[in-house]
Amino acid sequence: MSLKQTKPVGPPFWLLAELTYDCPLHCPYCSNPTDLGDKADELSTTHWKEVLTQARAMGAVQLGFSGGEPLLRKDLEQLVEHGRELGFYTNLITSGIGLTAKRIAKLKKAGLDHIQISFQGADPEVNDAIAGRGKAYQQKFEMARQVKAQGYPMVLNFVISKQNITQIPQILALSTELDADYVELATAQYYGWAYHNRDHLLPTKEQLITAEAQVNHYRDQQDGKGPQFIFVTPDYYEDRPKACMNGWGSTFLTVTPDGSALPCHSAKLLPLTFPNIKDKALEDIWHKDFSFNRFRGDSWMKEPCSSCSEKEQDFGGCRCQAFMMTGDMDATDPVCSKSKDKHMINDAIQSASSPSNPLVYREAGRDIALFKL
Amino acid sequence: MSLQSIPSINRLFRLQFETAQDCYVLLFPEGMVKLNPSAGEIMARIDGEKTVSVIIKELQAQFPDAGDLTLDVQEFLTTAQQKKWLIYES
Repeated sequence: MSLKQTKPVGPPFWLLAELTYDCPLHCPYCSNPTDLGDKADELSTTHWKEVLTQARAMGAVQLGFSGGEPLLRKDLEQLVEHGRELGFYTNLITSGIGLTAKRIAKLKKAGLDHIQISFQGADPEVNDAIAGRGKAYQQKFEMARQVKAQGYPMVLNFVISKQNITQIPQILALSTELDADYVELATAQYYGWAYHNRDHLLPTKEQLITAEAQVNHYRDQQDGKGPQFIFVTPDYYEDRPKACMNGWGSTFLTVTPDGSALPCHSAKLLPLTFPNIKDKALEDIWHKDFSFNRFRGDSWMKEPCSSCSEKEQDFGGCRCQAFMMTGDMDATDPVCSKSKDKHMINDAIQSASSPSNPLVYREAGRDIALFKL
Repeated sequence: MSLQSIPSINRLFRLQFETAQDCYVLLFPEGMVKLNPSAGEIMARIDGEKTVSVIIKELQAQFPDAGDLTLDVQEFLTTAQQKKWLIYES
């Protein structure tokens, strides 16, 4: 380890509270771990309130309630109220399933600032096939209307994959019809279930170019009105890796349903032991825990990262991706054209042109059932 | 925008003083903008009732040594409107 001075660690700006991994949907692009754990291990209301209190005292500002489907927690309103009283900006990240006009009003009263609803497609057929649930589209559509009617800022999130990328024009029109404030068109990232299903999800480069051009064309015609569209391209087609989580342990803190504290929501797949909020104070976890310090600074880096002039821009890319693909969590993210493992990305792109494995829908606690979209 | 216009903060944003940052911030879905001290002082006075003229008078009273603030405040309000932080009832 070098003795080089490293930058002081600021507070976690973002706290992502993954309240439960239970979910009424079965999307194959889900980035939750394929081992969804035991519901009996979920944190209590008291534990969650304590996590929120500690994170806010450290200077965290944004609070995301996520999952799984956070609406499945009956104490959601209590947690929103607690978070808002502490001064958090409170975000609900939901599938919309389980939402009612009454619950939207109750959440508003509790102080919820914003609701983000996910869509899987721009019509019932595509949406419900990807979500693995009938009538999901209709429910999402009606709840999106309610969210706006009750005065919330609304973000719509579309995870874009080979399964829905040809619907971009309809997605843009739907977002405008629903009067969304922001729309994330986020190409799937390949973690958890999505890594397993990558061949079925990764679009071709041509599909991406077309999709991006359609978004740009639409933006040009908006004249400053309507939703703000954010198009996120998949890193597999880039020459440099993404600055994952804005740097390990710099900005994001995730707490999983069982209380594990992680520097990102996928980090549990790494061969590291992560602390639990039931055992340690958040302040200790953030500043002192081995796992949180493991990839801070650059002394952990190997070549070509350690001597790279861009290492402070992308931090060597994603540790989870490096580990999943190369088996070495200290390796350069294989997305980087300087990586000796770049061929793995190219092989994955090649492999996606003719999937050999069946598509697997996310499903907890049962033998994995196979479907064909 | 004129001196008689009444700005209010766009409901997409929430203004709050952050002790950890020692400044006013604008919070919005999954994001935050840090405001410099003068921007923070102006934004903190916007309540959907005061006119631009009243806001300027209040700032002059609080910062008597600052000279005429009219142009600075108007410039900031124009920028803030472009960034959609503010809206005006038409």
